[in-house]
Amino acid sequence: MWLNQFLILGALLFCIGVYGVLARRNGVMVLMSIELILNSVNINLVAFGAFNGTPVGQVFALFVIAVAAAEVGVGLAIVLLIYRNRTSIDLDAADLLKG
Amino acid sequence: MSLLASLAAQAAQPVTPVTSVLVETPSVDWWGLLPLILLAAPAMVLLHASSLLRRVFRGFYATASVGIAGTAAAFAIVQWFRVTDLDGGRGPYTTVASAYTVDGYSVFITVVLCVAVIVSSLVADGYLRREGLDGAETYALLLLSASGGVVMASANDLIVLFLGLEVLSIPVYVLAASHLRRSASQEAGFKYFILGAFASAFFLYGIALVYGATGSTNLGTIRQTLQDDPFVDGGALLLAGAAFLLVGFGFKVAAVPFHAWTPDVYQGAPSPVVSYMASGVKAAGFAGLVRVFDVTLAGQVRDWQPIVVGLAVLTLLGGSVLAVAQTDVKRMLAYSSISHAGFLLVGVAVASPEGAAAVLFYLAAYGLMIGGTFAVVTAVAGPGEQATGIDAFRGLGRRQPMLALGFTVLLFAQTGVPLTSGFFAKFGVIKAAVDGGWYWLAAVAMLSAVVGAFVYLRLVVAMFMVEDIDPHHGDGDVVAATPAPVAMPAALTLALAATVVATLVVGFLPGLLTDLAGDAVPVVLATLP
Repeated sequence: MWLNQFLILGALLFCIGVYGVLARRNGVMVLMSIELILNSVNINLVAFGAFNGTPVGQVFALFVIAVAAAEVGVGLAIVLLIYRNRTSIDLDAADLLKG
Repeated sequence: MSLLASLAAQAAQPVTPVTSVLVETPSVDWWGLLPLILLAAPAMVLLHASSLLRRVFRGFYATASVGIAGTAAAFAIVQWFRVTDLDGGRGPYTTVASAYTVDGYSVFITVVLCVAVIVSSLVADGYLRREGLDGAETYALLLLSASGGVVMASANDLIVLFLGLEVLSIPVYVLAASHLRRSASQEAGFKYFILGAFASAFFLYGIALVYGATGSTNLGTIRQTLQDDPFVDGGALLLAGAAFLLVGFGFKVAAVPFHAWTPDVYQGAPSPVVSYMASGVKAAGFAGLVRVFDVTLAGQVRDWQPIVVGLAVLTLLGGSVLAVAQTDVKRMLAYSSISHAGFLLVGVAVASPEGAAAVLFYLAAYGLMIGGTFAVVTAVAGPGEQATGIDAFRGLGRRQPMLALGFTVLLFAQTGVPLTSGFFAKFGVIKAAVDGGWYWLAAVAMLSAVVGAFVYLRLVVAMFMVEDIDPHHGDGDVVAATPAPVAMPAALTLALAATVVATLVVGFLPGLLTDLAGDAVPVVLATLP
């Protein structure tokens, strides 16, 4: 297995994630797209870690997983708060703030 | 073979029932981590105490928050003398397996963050009671976020930098959405969260690429690797990584073209929280930016400098030009904070110790003046933050002259009028640019300051010359339209008075702060291993 294969997989996942954040209008789908980007980073980190022969990459990936869990917890809480007030999690409907 | 031999030797030894394995842990300098611990641990105690204590006196949580941040700042100041006094002290050093730096730079940012928390807490006290949201959460989250900022400013490892960034950001997402009855607040929190998490993901991807290119996450090792071999294996990988890092930082510090969230979030989020965003989050963001680009990637300055200069120009002009078109004061201040980020980016872009010192001075001065500015906005906006238009400030100079006068000082400071701290902040940055040979960049910065002046002066005019400019009140019957006087809680008045006095004192005696900022910077540039 070459390092390139993992990097290309990571880059593909990253691009899919970015596309999802930009194109999706559903708040939860956007959250999932962000998770996808974070997981592409994890693939990169683990691949580089294995390539360099150090455990740093794997350890960093664990940190990323933990932080992503905390982040998505807060994100879902905010989505829920908005849904309770408006019964919609459509990003386009969030247009109170304009100037 | 040797492994087998050692195994055999072990097997030959008598088996001891209790085996203790000695794990080598990195040495931890607890004294150096003290300001961080003093911010994070009491914040959690405060949160738990709030669920146990049934009745506390009014303003207990704000007092506790101010006390905690004040204690942390006091210990940071004690450290200051230890790390900057090269004769008597031990000088700057790293701890926890060289993942955490304690140097003049990180200590300076720690104090700036603590002051940001103190000002925001004082403003939040009256605000939360007015909005019926009183409780410990806001203060605990402010303190936790500041602890993340301290980690970010002290990080000597990309992992630690990322953890600091997240601990800084996640509480602020919650804070932005913390007004449960204002839809705008939740929308602001949601937008801030989506774009902040998106930026963190870019940042993280950049870290992964830099790690891949250099084989290390330690900033000192990265710097050493790049110095030894500038054409390090995978130069493209490194540059791509640096570009992604810059995107991540750009979002955090609100640089054009990554600024789209700023006006919406500033308008929707509770004003005391915005005060912290503009002073605290910006300070931590720039601390990380300077450490990663000006220090770690100092050898690659030819590669990243043009991009940062471009960002600075876009941010300077975009921020001040867009601010002119705003009618909502919070949106206007959002764009003005973008233009201030442009000045700070100029300090980063020149990549010199003077530039870094100017950034530090700017962050300290701007943190104080924006804290006071949002104190006024909080008071004037009234219940539910309804009155945030420029109209709300019309005639304030006649109704409440002292409030208007204090606000005017803060606005003049943001404009960069001499004898205020803002003048020396802008002066320092522009001087660093000129010293570095960036004459045209200095000219752009001054142009932005001139355009920005219109924005601040428009508010001053609205406060003091209402009859002259408002056609709706042209019939002379202005008094009839006079709104109720602005309520000024004691804590908010204290915050406003303190920031105004500090702005003026630094304006008259800039040496107090410039010397400190100057001491803070060369240390960090010299000492990364």
